This record gives sequence, structure tokens and C-alpha cells, in this order.
Amino acid sequence: MLELTETWYLVLASLVFTIGAVGLMVRRNPLVQFMCVELMLNAVNLSFVAFARSLDDVRGQAIVFFVLVVAAAEVVVGLGIIVAIMRRRQGADADDISLMRG
Amino acid sequence: MDLIWLVPALPLLGFLTLLVAGPRMGDPKSGWFATGAVAASFAVAVALFVDLQSMPEYERQVTQTLYTWMPSGSFEVSIGFLLDPLSSIMILFITGIGALIHLYSIGYMKGDPKFSKFFLYLNLFLASMLLLVLGDNLLLTFLGWEGVGVCSYLLISFWHTEPANATAGKKAFVTNRIGDAGFMLGTFLVFVTFGSINYADLRPAATGIAAVTATAIALLFFVGAIGKSAQIPLFTWLPDAMAGPTPVSALIHAATMVTAGVYLITRLNPIMAQAGWANDVIAWTGAVTALVAATIAVAQTDIKKVLAYSTVSQLGYMFMAVGTQTYVAGVFHMITHAFFKALLFLGAGAVIYSMAHEQDMRRYGNLRKYLPVTFVTFFVGWLAIAGVPPLSGFWSKDEILAGVFNYGAAGPALWVVGVLVAILTAFYMTRQLIMVFFGTEQWRGVAPVPAGAVLGASGAGAGDTAPEQEAESPTVQLGEGSDEPTAHDDHTGHGDHHLMPSHEPKEAPWTMLAPLVVLAGMAAIAGLMNLPFSDQFKRLEHWLYPMIVFENPLPEGPTLVGLAAVAIAAAVVGIWFAFFVYVKRRLDPARIELPILAEGWKIDSTYAAVVGGPGEATFQGVADADARIVDGAVNAVGRGSLGLGTLLRKLQTGLVRTYALGVAIGTVALLAFIVTRMNL
Amino acid sequence: MRVEMFTFLVTATIVLAGSLGVVLLRNPVHNALSLIGTLFGVAVLFIAQEAYFLAAIQVIVYAGAIVVLFLFVIMLLGVDKSESLRREPILGQRPAAIVAGVAILGLTLTALLSSAARVTGEQSVLAPLDPAVPDINRLGRVLFTEYIFAFEVTAVLLTIAVVGAVVLIRRAGDPIDLGEFPDGTMGDVLAARAAERNPTIDDAADEEAGLDETADDAAATDDAAATDDAAGGER
Repeated sequence: MLELTETWYLVLASLVFTIGAVGLMVRRNPLVQFMCVELMLNAVNLSFVAFARSLDDVRGQAIVFFVLVVAAAEVVVGLGIIVAIMRRRQGADADDISLMRG
Repeated sequence: MDLIWLVPALPLLGFLTLLVAGPRMGDPKSGWFATGAVAASFAVAVALFVDLQSMPEYERQVTQTLYTWMPSGSFEVSIGFLLDPLSSIMILFITGIGALIHLYSIGYMKGDPKFSKFFLYLNLFLASMLLLVLGDNLLLTFLGWEGVGVCSYLLISFWHTEPANATAGKKAFVTNRIGDAGFMLGTFLVFVTFGSINYADLRPAATGIAAVTATAIALLFFVGAIGKSAQIPLFTWLPDAMAGPTPVSALIHAATMVTAGVYLITRLNPIMAQAGWANDVIAWTGAVTALVAATIAVAQTDIKKVLAYSTVSQLGYMFMAVGTQTYVAGVFHMITHAFFKALLFLGAGAVIYSMAHEQDMRRYGNLRKYLPVTFVTFFVGWLAIAGVPPLSGFWSKDEILAGVFNYGAAGPALWVVGVLVAILTAFYMTRQLIMVFFGTEQWRGVAPVPAGAVLGASGAGAGDTAPEQEAESPTVQLGEGSDEPTAHDDHTGHGDHHLMPSHEPKEAPWTMLAPLVVLAGMAAIAGLMNLPFSDQFKRLEHWLYPMIVFENPLPEGPTLVGLAAVAIAAAVVGIWFAFFVYVKRRLDPARIELPILAEGWKIDSTYAAVVGGPGEATFQGVADADARIVDGAVNAVGRGSLGLGTLLRKLQTGLVRTYALGVAIGTVALLAFIVTRMNL
Repeated sequence: MRVEMFTFLVTATIVLAGSLGVVLLRNPVHNALSLIGTLFGVAVLFIAQEAYFLAAIQVIVYAGAIVVLFLFVIMLLGVDKSESLRREPILGQRPAAIVAGVAILGLTLTALLSSAARVTGEQSVLAPLDPAVPDINRLGRVLFTEYIFAFEVTAVLLTIAVVGAVVLIRRAGDPIDLGEFPDGTMGDVLAARAAERNPTIDDAADEEAGLDETADDAAATDDAAATDDAAGGER
């Protein structure tokens, strides 16, 4: 039987991260894009916790704590922006908004 | 010793305070505040001097480093102050005379609409000057050097509503720039040669450098000194600088700033000792300047112009001294000159003040009757500059002449020039004294005199009360019309006073007379610093000795006595001849006051013609080339970036997903880099 | 060991399925529900690695708050309509995205699998995961000593986020209803409301002059607010 090392967790994290990244680039619904960002953050969190255990250092977990808080703040502001935009342009998706085009 | 920084900091504090609160403090409070700041600085300077004196001779060199200004590899400049015999004596007379002139200005500038601004500039000037003197490296000295240049510019064109004044300020500034280029190049060369610009590092290393390098450095710094100290060929700005208020002329253009060049050469004497023929250049430039300026001074009619050319001439003496490596005599003359020339300028200022800003000596006459205090103090200054023993000017001038005489093969020739200049000095100063204080009252009854004798009016402010004045000047009379606003009306052009027989010139207020009396005392006794009789009287020489590498020895015994006799004879001859011409009228003054002298040997107008004619064409060519080639290149770069930007802006799609893809590609690149670096 | 391995495999399957669901399902509500699956799976993996506190936080904050917020916004804006995954407006975006994803995955896996032996397993001396101390204690100690500054800054960040969200959601030009913020204490306000409902109290309570004044003020403010509202309605 294979032994369960931190590498397993890291491989899983890598997979989730990639799925999230591809999703971010492919999906057009801004809400779903946000969810993909959450996926990527979770993947990183998972790897941090895995490292915390394998290196026997609680500071890895502390970083996860901060990531959680920042993610919460990000979601609050991000959803606020989405709501503000959607009020003006019903049913808009990420490709409809290109005000910053050079 | 920890208080060195206070010396420049106090005037700087005064400057900053006046900058913020000056207009609110107004006249005369801001003036008193500025004076107080400088007086406090003087007190600190005295304390430092006493402290330094109590130290052993060869340890008298204190460096106080405040912080590192610009660390840059091996090049490191700190804000540091160097207190040694030279700088300690410099700060003493700078702050001392500075405080007196501040006090004087309170009376002189009374009622001026920019009263507080004047003191603001004066304080800034003193702070810069002290920085120049106290800086422990060339860059800090340069900072002060530029600072005094700026203040000089601001103060010359202080009454800038008059176009001539503004032009004079610009002229001084631009002429100084030429010298500053020399200073900067010299600094660069010093850094390349020594790897440091600290004075403390120069001295031990100076013996090891090549004579060519030393000569080049010496000449470059001499170019700087020529600009600042108004030597040939860059002396034309100084007479024009007389457009500024008279206290400025006394402080900046006679006592302190213009001596900066002499200070610089003295400070760099370890390099000068290696510099060979550069010293001859310095000495001969000084000699020629002294002679040319003295001849010009003979024919001037403006009371301040005479003193201005006299200053140029005396500075020439100082350069003769430092050029012949008679540094002690140079510094000695610098100090005595600061006293008597400041005295003469302030006396002239008092006269001008009393004559409601009339500056033409032909409209003075017999003023000794009306301005006794001014007369007596001016008389002392006259004796001192003419070189009459035992006043200070005699001792320092005699020492220079003796040192010059002893300087190698060229010595006697230089000495002859020096004696000629001494005769001329005595002559033109006697001429001035006679024209101003003796003779007939030319100002009386002359109808079209633009400025009449509503005098002393502004001086005796309503707040001035008698008791303080009585001690020094019992004859001061308080003007009845003390609410007459100002005597400076002339420069704004509407002061059209007419002479009234009942109004006669009156003494200036005590704030102006007190500095005169103090300076007269100093001008009389300053010679005590360095008497040649025996070793123990040569105090200044002993004091400066540790910091001077090579000093040209003075002749001894009978030679010295003989030279002194010639110097006295020169003074007597000059005075007698002036007496002969201007009192006895045996010779028509017009035969001496040649027009070409009055026009300053046409040097100034020649410059104007050359720079204005072919010079301007050249500059126009350069400017055109600049517009085409340099600006063209700049514009091409601009157009290139614009084109590149137009291409690159296509990358900016505004679409979040494209950006996300960009980030992803970056991530891949970064990961690829890391993975290839790993030892898999 | 066997149990742990079994747990991992099951949970990993859930996590991967969930994340694929987030990306591949068309309906945003389904995406959000898939996300919950992933988040729970991650929480379980946290527990498997003895990070109990983080697991709890993960469930409370992510599953409990963030995803609920997502659903809330989906319902609020009515964007729960399906998105067509067939169409791709940006030329070459999808293949490029897939290539980039494969590259990222390939490179990380290369690094991970080839250097498995590199993780030393050395014991940390600074903040060891001592099983005798509960993880929440250890985490708290680190957060309030070593990371105290970051911790405080995080608090500021959250405050700013709240303020920012309010500012974003407020419609530009909306009048601020001053009646929401009446003068005086809560007691004054309640008294004022009572006075409004029952005007006779005014006559009965002459001795409470101060109260009367505040009551009047509050009433006036309310009136003003009402006028504002009316004006807003007209616009």
C-alpha cells in the first residue's frame, strides 16, 4: 500500500488550482469567475496546511488564517462591484465590460 | 566644541522664523530679532574660539559631523563642520561684523516696505557664509559659496523695481557663475586625485601628488576665487553691486563674501604649496587687479563706487599675499580690511542717509560740521586704509608688502606695484575724505539736486529716545519731522524733496552710529593681532601656523624696517598729493580724473561689446544647434515612445479574461524558470 | 494509515468533482453548490492534517458566509440563467487557457513528484506542532505575537471592505435619509415617538421641558425626512 505523504495533498492542490485557473480564463459569468478564484485560494490553503504538517510549523496554518480573512474581504468588495455593475447593465458578463481598453 | 553647528544654525533659524513670521513682526521688531540671532551666533563663536585656544597647538582641529549627506560608494559627503584656527577666526569676524551691520540696517532700512525681507536675506546670507567657512569638505563649502551668491543676487537687486538694480544683480550672478564652473571642476579634479573632498584628507595626501595636477587644481579654484572675489577679469560686477542697500555693500561686498576667494586659497594651501607657477599667476593677477582698480577709483564720483573699486584693489592685495604664499599676511589683511572697509561703507551709508540718498560726492562738502560722529569714524577708517601707522591697515599692508618683496625673483617687481597701489590708495581715499567732509557746501542752494535735505527725518524714529545715544554721540539730534516715512523714497522715484536752507544734514540714529564707533575702534586697534616687532607679538601668525604648510618668511631686521619706511612714505606721498590737488588746487583735478579712468579703462564696455556682438552671434548659433540637434533628438525619442505606446496599447483590451491569461502565461514562465533551475 | 488513506481518496474525489463542477456546470446556482462541496472537502482534509481550528473556520466562513453571499447575489440579480459554454467571443482564448493550465499543472507536478524526497521533515524549533498543545492555542500564540501587526492590519482591511461595500452598493445621488440618524439618545427618540402617537403627553409633562424640546426636534427631523422622501419619490 502506498504511504500517504504530503505529496498527495500537494498534487491534489495543484489539480484544484489548475482547474480554478482554467475556469477563470474560460468562464464569462463574473460570479463564476469569483468562485474560480476561491477554488485557487483553497488549493493554496490546502498546500499550506500540508506544508505546516510536514515541516512541523504552525505558521503555515497562520498564513491560511490570513488568506481566509483576505478572501472574505475580497468577496465582499467584489460582489459589491458586481452588484453595482449589474444594476446598470442587466445580464452583463465579463466580456461586456471593457471600459479600460487602451 | 559640540556647539559648532549652532554658529550657522542660529542665523538659519532667524531666516526660517522671519520667513514665516517676518511680515507680522514688521519694522523694527524683525530687525531686532535678526540682529539677536547673529549676535547669539557671535557669542557662540567667541566661546568656540576661547575653547580652541585652550587646546594644545597641534590639536586645534575639531570636526563635528552631523550626518552623512550623500553616501555613494567610495564618495561620501557628510554635513560636517571643521573648526580650526582659520575657520574660528573667520567666524569671529563674520558674525561680529555681521551683527554690527544688522544693527546698522535697523536704522538704515527703517520704513522700507520690505524691511523684514531684507533681514531675512541678511540672515540667510550669514548662514551660508558661515557654512562656507565651517564646512569640512569642498562640497559643503560650495553649498555655502552658492548660497552667498544667491543672497548677493537677491540683495543687490533688493530694490528691483529699478531696472538698473535688477540688471546689476543679474550681472553679479552671471559673472559669479563663470567662477563657480572653475570651483566645480576643481572639486571634481580633487576627488579624482585624492579620492576624497574632505579638507582633513587633503593635507596629508597633498605632498604626494604630481606638480601638474596641483597646478591644475590651484588654477581651477583660482578661477572660482576670481569670480567671487572680483579679480581681473571678472571684477566688473562688484562696482555694479553697489546698487544694493549700503549695509549689503558693507557686509557682502566688502567685509565677508568677497573674501571667500582668499579664504579658499588659504584653506587649500597644502595644494598650493605644490602648485608651482600657479602661485605666480595668482600673485600677478592680484597685483594687476590692485593697480587697475586703484587707478579707476581715482576718477569715480560716486561715493560708493570709490569704495567698491577700493575693495577690488584691496582684494588684489590679498591675492598678492596668498599668491606669494604669505598666507598670514593675507588673512591679516582680510580681517583688518573687513573692519575698516565695513566702517567706510557704513560711514558712506550714514552720509548717503543724511543726504537723502544723494551719492554724488560733488554734491557733498563740509559735512564734518553736520555729521561729527560719522566724520570722526570715517576719518579713522581713512587713516587705516591709507596705511598710516599705528592703525590696523598699516600693519597688514606692510606685512603683505614685506612678504611680497621676499618672494623670489618676481618679488621686487610685485612689490613696486604694491607700493604704487599704496600711494594710489592713500590718494583716492584722501580725495574722497576731502570731497565729502571738507570744502564748500556744494549741496546748499543747488537747485536741481534731486534729493534735498529732508534728512535724519526718517532716521530718528518716534520710538528712539535719547539716553542710549548720548553716551556715544551727544550730537545726535532727533528730527522733528520724525513721522516722515522714509528716506528711501528716491529709489521709487517720487521723493522729490527740495533743498530748504533751514534743513541741514543731521546725524543718523544711534543704531547706525553705534556700529560705526565699534568698527572705528576695531579698525584702529586690529593691528595688535600681529605686530612684527618680536616673536611674541605675532599672535595671528602663531595662531594660524599649524594649518599652513609653507609660509613665505618675512624679511628680517633692517630690510623690514626699510620696507616699512617706504610704506609709510607711500601713504604720506599719496595723502600729500591729494591735499596738493584738492585743497591747494595747484593742479586741476581734471588732469588726474581722466575720462578713461572714470569709465574703468573701458573694460566693462568692451565686455559688453564683445559679448553683445560676436558673442551673441556665437550663442545664437549654439542655441540653434541646440534646438535642431539636441531638441531634435529629444523630440525623436518622444515620437518613438508615442509610436511604441500606440502599438502596445493594443495589448490593453480591457477584458478581464485576457489579463487573466497574461497572468497565467507569466506564471508558467516563472514555474518553468524554477523547475529548470531545480536539480531534478 | 489505511483509514487515513481511505479518507483522503474519498475526500479528494469530492474536492475534484466539486471544482470541476464549478468550472463546467452552466447554471450559477449549481456552480455555487459545487463550490460548497469542494470547500467541505478541503475542510475534511484540514482535519485529516490536524488543523481542526482552520477546518471549523473553513466551514463557517466559506461554506457558511461566502457561498451564501454568492447565492444571495445570484438570486438578487436574477443572473441564474444559464451561460452558453459553446460560444467563445475572444479569439483563441480557450485553447490558450487550456494550454496554460496544462503547462501549470505539468510544471508543478514535475516539481512535486521529482523532488518528493526534498521535504526534509526537520522539526521546527520556532513553532512546532506539538500534539500535546491544542492547535488553536498554538495558532493563537503565533497570531498574537509574531504576526500581531499583520493581524491588526487585517482588522483594518475588513473594516475598509465593509465601508467599501456600502459605498459601492449605495446608488449615486441617493439622498441620505437623515431620519435614520435622529438626534439625541435612544431614550429621547422613543419619547419623541410616544409623543407623536399621543400628543396629550405634551400637556401633562410640563416639568420635563428639556425632554419636550428634544421631542420637538426629533419630530421636526422626522418631518424633514418625510419631505425628503416625498421629493425623492417625485424624482
